[in-house]
Amino acid sequence: MDLTGQLLQLLFTGFTLGGIYALIALALVTTFNITGVLNMAQGEFLALGALLAASLCAAGASLPLAFVIAVATLALLGGLLERSAIHPARHAPGLILIIITIGLSISLRGLALLIWGTEPASLPAFSGGGPLFVMGAAVNPQSLWILGLVALAVAGLHAFFELTYAGKVFRACEINRTGARLVGINPAALSFLAFAGSGALGAAAGIFIAPVTLATYDMGFLLGVKGCVAAIIGGLNSVGGAVLGGLLLGILEAFGAGLVSSGLKDALSLLVLLGVLLGRPEGLIGAVAGRKV
Amino acid sequence: MRVLEKIRPPAGTAGCPAACLIKIYKVNSSQIDFNSVVNRSYEDMLKNAVVLTVLIFFLVLPLLIRSNYLLGILIVTGLYTIIVIGLGILMGYAGQVSFGQAAFFGLGGYTAAILSTSCSWPTPAALLAAMVLPGLVAALIGRPTLKLKELYLALATLAFGILVHILFNEGGEITGGPSGLMGIPYLSLGGLVFDRDIKFYYLVLAVVLLVSLAVHNLIQSRTGRALRAIRESEHAAEAAGMDTVLLKLQAFVFSAVLAGLAGGLYAFYVTFISPSPFSFHMSVQFVLMAVVGGLGTFWGPLLGSGLVVALGEALRWAVPLVIPGAGGEYQIIFFGIILVLVMVFRPGGLGSLFSPPVHRERPGRPGEKGVDDSVAGG
Amino acid sequence: MKKKRLMIWVAVLAALALAALFTGGCSGRGETGSGAGDGLEPYRVGAVVDISGPSSSLGVPERNTLQMLADKVNAAGGINGHPLELTILDNKSDETEAVLAVKKLINQQKVAAVIGCSSSGPSMAMIDTVQKEQVPMVSLAAASSIVEPVEERKWVFKTAQSDLVTVNRLIGYLQEKGLTRVAFLYMNNAYGDGGKKAFFGAAEKAGMQIVAEEKFEATDKDMSPQLTRVKASGAQATIIWAIPPSASIVTKNYRDLGLAIPLLHSHGVGNQNFIDLAGGAADGVILPIGKLAVSTQVPDSDPQKKVLAAYIDEYGKKYNSPPNSFGGYAWDAFYMLVAALEKAGPDRAGIRDELEKTRGFTGVSGVFNMSPEDHNGLAEESMVLVQIRDGQWKLLD
Repeated sequence: MDLTGQLLQLLFTGFTLGGIYALIALALVTTFNITGVLNMAQGEFLALGALLAASLCAAGASLPLAFVIAVATLALLGGLLERSAIHPARHAPGLILIIITIGLSISLRGLALLIWGTEPASLPAFSGGGPLFVMGAAVNPQSLWILGLVALAVAGLHAFFELTYAGKVFRACEINRTGARLVGINPAALSFLAFAGSGALGAAAGIFIAPVTLATYDMGFLLGVKGCVAAIIGGLNSVGGAVLGGLLLGILEAFGAGLVSSGLKDALSLLVLLGVLLGRPEGLIGAVAGRKV
Repeated sequence: MRVLEKIRPPAGTAGCPAACLIKIYKVNSSQIDFNSVVNRSYEDMLKNAVVLTVLIFFLVLPLLIRSNYLLGILIVTGLYTIIVIGLGILMGYAGQVSFGQAAFFGLGGYTAAILSTSCSWPTPAALLAAMVLPGLVAALIGRPTLKLKELYLALATLAFGILVHILFNEGGEITGGPSGLMGIPYLSLGGLVFDRDIKFYYLVLAVVLLVSLAVHNLIQSRTGRALRAIRESEHAAEAAGMDTVLLKLQAFVFSAVLAGLAGGLYAFYVTFISPSPFSFHMSVQFVLMAVVGGLGTFWGPLLGSGLVVALGEALRWAVPLVIPGAGGEYQIIFFGIILVLVMVFRPGGLGSLFSPPVHRERPGRPGEKGVDDSVAGG
Repeated sequence: MKKKRLMIWVAVLAALALAALFTGGCSGRGETGSGAGDGLEPYRVGAVVDISGPSSSLGVPERNTLQMLADKVNAAGGINGHPLELTILDNKSDETEAVLAVKKLINQQKVAAVIGCSSSGPSMAMIDTVQKEQVPMVSLAAASSIVEPVEERKWVFKTAQSDLVTVNRLIGYLQEKGLTRVAFLYMNNAYGDGGKKAFFGAAEKAGMQIVAEEKFEATDKDMSPQLTRVKASGAQATIIWAIPPSASIVTKNYRDLGLAIPLLHSHGVGNQNFIDLAGGAADGVILPIGKLAVSTQVPDSDPQKKVLAAYIDEYGKKYNSPPNSFGGYAWDAFYMLVAALEKAGPDRAGIRDELEKTRGFTGVSGVFNMSPEDHNGLAEESMVLVQIRDGQWKLLD
């Protein structure tokens, strides 16, 4: 394998990983901007969605049917959790809210362990056939599906926020909660919808990545943290930034493992995170909102 | 404390620098408020009596119950308490969060382990180094890191924690890599070898007591009040002429020294060390303990770490009674649920049951307070 | 307000006192455990396994096996007429939890011996406690440092093959095929690290050249970058030291990248789950494995054959799934302890001596011959080389 082939291979791997992180970062950023909560249980939504779909498929359901059921279930679960745990504590400081979502993530992980046990589960690849080869570098077709979902999610979110009335309501709430309340918008309802939406997106993402990453009950927390890192690198208040941050993180990891050292690849991406935090805390894309005293 | 409550300005002005300045001034003056001396002395007596009772309880406990299991639980709780006390100063008083305490815990543990095995240092010197090194590291990274706010600070400290964890894994011969280091000697102080759980228990008890006393005095001191002022409003504190950067850094270094001390003791207790107890999951646990216990309260750290350890042990025993054959999965679910319940219904933590936290209400998002339905209740 | 706080304090102190009394009551129980002639007093044995957390895929089959066997022994009238009381605790794959759990077993349950843990780190963490308390412990983990140096591990035994046994099997195969330039990939944890150390040592002695050394995290989702380096290194064979799911992912990546050189795994992938998760990618993989997976293919003359068939049958009936080698380690530890208990009764030192005297014990993982110099007691013959073909284990040779 020549050097170009190697670099290309690393780039493809980076895009696969990056797509995964971008999906989580997207959900995190959207929820954060609407509710002010950084949802550390987001990764758990992916794990539950993937495991649920895998069980349904194993029970004989077709993949599209399993997809629909899993997404609907997780949307419901997301909304339910918002009502039961986030809503009652909505006036608490940000740190308390993060801790609540960590508590939720612990409980969900336990629930997944209880239902599905420790054995990893797998989903079949969406499209059959082996990898595609581009200049000697292999591309897993499932990676294209993942990146497709990222594009779809970005387009969907954009269309929703820019083109629909409900989307504009969300944006109003994002810009100024108090103002939004004054003109009759109910932020509590929006918070519910945001969590339901991130549950649905999480489940969809989980099902798309499962053929590549497999699904285990404990994969959620680390994915959530990496999504968080991606969101911060890109900028917490920008959807575009989330995608860029995710892809960048994935590519960094791939090149770090392929060119530097496989043991230090995570260290490399964390150093970049620290660099971004210290040098440009608003993220690579995000704009800073005025900070209050 | 009661006095402070009375003069608290109305809710909603908490973020305003002027109000805060007034408060700092009032807190100072409350120290010489003669009208409340009678009340205060009664409360102090009660407080001292409670502290003494608890202390005697822990002193005689091992004599009443001879069980290394109980001692083991108490030792681990004690070690976590030391860390959480430091974290409590950082979060509860200086208002800075750290998701990287497990890294300092591990740095202390590895320092003690490496120096006492490969370098054959005497164990007390190794323990001392286990406090110094994390402190130095904290001083080094603290200055740039503590400029960050809230979420960003949380993420930066988390990243630091994971980096240090990678260092333990990649340390090759020095750290023993993922397999860890074994054969750590017992701690010996001038002929007294801490090779039994009972001896180690009293050592940890003494350390927890010393640290608690030191922190208690710190909080009452000028530095303690200054730290609280930073928590209320950094800008107001700066306006009042405090070196907020230095104060925050001191709190950070202090918390790292305590975590390192606990790490060193851990290494000498288990006599085996590997990277896994110092992962970022543990950092998250420490923050949970601090918050569940109650930030800015005297009893918070003990209650928080005690609850988390005891809950794990109690659930290990209780859950299989209800559901036969149940393993850790049920414990995890219950643990998460209990955590959420405490946070939702007692965001001030358990410690706030016993003494009101320094400052209870704090708007989640500035500017939101004015129109929220909670105003009626506040 | 003041009164309320005082009340809370009183309540807490009362609760503490109650808890203390309760634990005290517990510790008082069973102190007559040495009354061997009693006939009613149960024999108490404890186990600490990784039922949840990262190593739970090891701990769960071990717990299942232990529970099944304890029920079976009691249904058959116990040991020498004494019922067996087996307490299984979860350490959540955590070292501190393992220390607390083993202290609980020793001090509260007053167990005569301890089984565990499933993985190396928690096992290592428990050693200091069992050595001090002088309680025999049988670990189910791989790292050879658990029982070595043996003079510092008087009370510690283990039933899982040490890494060196597995490594020698692999090296033997490589030498037979004349493959001298190899790539070594491993999981960045205690399991992978143990395998790496054993393999590097043995490879050097065998005159092999390791042209690529790569690691990956247990949680990594794509190992193509590491494999890209392997591809460029000119290796003649690849050895991977990992457990599923990451072992399955790396195998998939291996096939996707079109690497044509032989792929060898460790015994860590020795369960059906690995094949299922890797899909067709597992075909062609060669690995050393205990005889459990290929029990129907071993010759009838093999002494283990009957033991294996019985275990597979019982486990399958109870849990509706085939057992794996991890459960096998628990099987061996359990019956070795039962044999020692039969001879020595619930006397800790006696059990230890009997364990050390174990000779010709036919278990699931092999035939054990313990000695004062060897607290593992398994020879290389306990492992066979298999190749995965059409999703099935096929015995090589």
